[in-house]
Amino acid sequence: MPGANEKRVIVVGGGLAGLAASIRVAEAGVPVDLFSVVPVKRSHSVCAQGGINACNDVARQQGYSEYEHFDETIYGGDFQADQHPVLEMANMAPRIIDLLDRMGVPFNRTSEGYRDLRLFGGSLFKRTHFAGATTGQQLLYGLDEQTRRYESEGKVTKYEFWEFLWPVVVDGKCVGIVAQDQRTMQIRSFRADAVVMATGGNGLVFGKSTQSVICTGAAAARCYQAGAWMGNPEMIQVHPTAIPGADKTRLMSESARGEGGRVWVPRNKGDARRPKDIPEGERYYFLEERYPKYKNLVPRDIATREIFSICVNDGLGVGGQRQVYLDLTHLPASTHHKLEGILEIYKKFAGEDPQFEPMRIFPSVHYSMGGLYTSFAKGSYNPAEPRTKHLSGSGAPIGSAVGQGLLPGAPANAMTNIPGLYAFGEVNFAYHGANRLGANALLSCIFDGLFCGMSVLGHVADGKGAAGVAQGEYDRVVAQEEAKVKALTDNAGKGDSASPETNPYAIAKEMGDEMTEACTVVRSEGRLKQALATLSSLKERFKRVRLKDSAIWTNQSLLYTRAVGDMLTVAEAIAKGSLERRESRGAHYREDFKERNDDAFMKTTLAKYDPATSSTSIEFVPIDATLIKPTARTYGKSEGAVSTKAAASPHN
Amino acid sequence: MSTQTSAPTTGQPAGAAHNPPAVGRSVVFRIKRCQGPGQASYWQDFKVKIPQNANIISCLQQIALDPVTTDGTRTVPVVWDSGCLEEVCGSCTMLINGKVRQSCSCLLDAIAPNEGDVVTLEPMSKFPVVRDLWVDRSRLFHNLARVKAWVPIDGTYNLGSGPRETPQDQETRYVLSTCMSCGCCLEACPQFNKEEKPADWDHAFIGAHAISQARLFNTHGTGRELAPQRLEVLAGRGGVNDCGNAQNCVKVCPKKIPLTESIAAIGRAVTIHKIKQFFGA
Repeated sequence: MPGANEKRVIVVGGGLAGLAASIRVAEAGVPVDLFSVVPVKRSHSVCAQGGINACNDVARQQGYSEYEHFDETIYGGDFQADQHPVLEMANMAPRIIDLLDRMGVPFNRTSEGYRDLRLFGGSLFKRTHFAGATTGQQLLYGLDEQTRRYESEGKVTKYEFWEFLWPVVVDGKCVGIVAQDQRTMQIRSFRADAVVMATGGNGLVFGKSTQSVICTGAAAARCYQAGAWMGNPEMIQVHPTAIPGADKTRLMSESARGEGGRVWVPRNKGDARRPKDIPEGERYYFLEERYPKYKNLVPRDIATREIFSICVNDGLGVGGQRQVYLDLTHLPASTHHKLEGILEIYKKFAGEDPQFEPMRIFPSVHYSMGGLYTSFAKGSYNPAEPRTKHLSGSGAPIGSAVGQGLLPGAPANAMTNIPGLYAFGEVNFAYHGANRLGANALLSCIFDGLFCGMSVLGHVADGKGAAGVAQGEYDRVVAQEEAKVKALTDNAGKGDSASPETNPYAIAKEMGDEMTEACTVVRSEGRLKQALATLSSLKERFKRVRLKDSAIWTNQSLLYTRAVGDMLTVAEAIAKGSLERRESRGAHYREDFKERNDDAFMKTTLAKYDPATSSTSIEFVPIDATLIKPTARTYGKSEGAVSTKAAASPHN
Repeated sequence: MSTQTSAPTTGQPAGAAHNPPAVGRSVVFRIKRCQGPGQASYWQDFKVKIPQNANIISCLQQIALDPVTTDGTRTVPVVWDSGCLEEVCGSCTMLINGKVRQSCSCLLDAIAPNEGDVVTLEPMSKFPVVRDLWVDRSRLFHNLARVKAWVPIDGTYNLGSGPRETPQDQETRYVLSTCMSCGCCLEACPQFNKEEKPADWDHAFIGAHAISQARLFNTHGTGRELAPQRLEVLAGRGGVNDCGNAQNCVKVCPKKIPLTESIAAIGRAVTIHKIKQFFGA
């Protein structure tokens, strides 16, 4: 057992962010307790496919730089992200790739043995490193292996199949957590001098998404209800290319387009011919025609809206349905080989071989840009005036040494408003603004773990931490969580358990359907208000929810039902943020407010939870936009008025 | 005994693939259940109306919505393990009609195309059951630690890039590195047996997955630094010599990892390692 004065850090979540944090903290000599609802090697990071972005020697000689990567990320996020953290992330990116390379991640190679690169959305430079089409899996395994190494040295203790239930907050500081073993159902507290939440996204709030079944967002929702704020909850990425399925949607990586895949529909409505029988001239490559510069590699929010509009507004979807072709049949075998991982997925689940048949895809919920609100400590790079323009090839306007965007080791970096409680990776709101660029997610997760991991150490070194906190404070939270479980299990089996009214699965499905309808590609005041009304009636129904199982051993019904309650809270924050943001920006498109409104809304949406009323309140707080001035975000769209505006943009 | 590789799959008679699956059909799921460690197993049947593009998981989800057996008994939902549902995380591995595989990528149109077809689901037999279809695969991860399946880097600070590598070497390592620790190879292996007590894990057969991971890291420029230590473990009790060459592992691997090649390569390396040791090299 640890001595009372030994410093410890808890990491919740064993995906890329959690593992990178564990490695960094353990390496510095502070023991880590690592919690995960699955064996960490099975975390959702395995699903990431396309790659990880970083400036590299080849791109650099073509005029790319860390600054350009930063600029692309800010522009891609529609000027919604705080800028200094993004600059730091872009600065560190090449060193992160080097480190992963040293860990043995099998990055694809050029014939000379250097790391190969592919093109990705939102960039005109090849700056995406990749391992086949299962890059997330390969990076996760690299970090999993290093974590296992530290585990075998006694520096990391894993608690797998343990579920985070609540942070222990005493005198405003986080000093531990309460968690539950999903097998024995034991609930107990754990002390720590800092807690890192690295629990990923909340795709399940939308029912079907590309995310894993564990991505409920419940852990973040619990922190939120315990007083942590959320930032930009309404910023939900709908990925343009997913494979519809009965249980979930499956991602079809952007790398398919990065390697030359083309999106099209038949020009003539109702053309029932097989895709191969439709001649070139009768195919509408709508992304290429509308965006001659970026073509199929416009950012995801734009591609998604175009595909949605082609199907829903123009009725040009393949077979009159909500689907378009993603065509790889013209590509050589060597390219198919590089994409093998994802082509296999399509073949397995859709039953057709994408080497010979164009894939049929449609947008689906994929990623949460928003999440727990975190702070940062600015680094030394603070120009007098923000730049409006950075010309490709003009060289980086600043050096690229680490430390200029953020202050390394400053406790504030990636810390929530609750001191000692950190949020890393997809669960936080930083970096991606209103839209995430492809292959930036893996980067932000590992960046948080490695760079902000130093900040956790800074906090641990600074503060008094958990030492001296009375055991009663922990027992109080354990009792609170035991009471919740009792309330749920007391209702098990009562009443008409077949009734959808109080069935947890039915409540979750209705929530998912409503959120997908109201809160994804196109949003409006009226529809969002309707969704909020639906959510509050679901919350009422949830109070009477009937468990299907009262077992005291491995009761998945209990675990799931409890998470549904937390998901309803997140759903409300997402819908409220969407309602209050009366403009369109990035992934957030309001058909009643189609323009971006920088004066009113180039701000972070701050969501706060009021336990007294069990409801969310929204306010807008200023962002750090001191490095790059906002410009029109058109990606060179070739349509009337827009293209005139676009000519002034530095991105053309 | 080992039904994994030889048992014909129910509901998939030869040539069935040519008939389009019956729309709106019902299929019976015969599920082996167990309420916890030390408790007796029993079977329950559930009738499921098959939705379009259904996989095993979506059928289990349907059962969970309102679990009533075919004889009308209302029961508790079936417990199972799952994650990505894209066959990259390895969680949802189970025995489907006696064959070990991931349940997410098992489509009903392929295995139960006709009205009234029966699909049996069982937990993997080589690992202790937690509840119903969920098993505890801790041993599988423990065995990765036994062979030090990692690259011994000098820490996370900036030390430049890793070793350069030919595309051919990358290709070899990438395939080995797609192992998702699902345990199919272990379930199918006649030499790999259930060991309830962790104290026995270090003497029992380590399994194809760990041997293949040892090869992966022995092939890496920096990873090979630990090769002698890995080979020492694999030369010992429960090591590569315990492989009975049944070659079931390679047949059931969902990622088509050349496991038998790995076993052969490690077998040769262990021999050389032992000879070197004998001559004190």
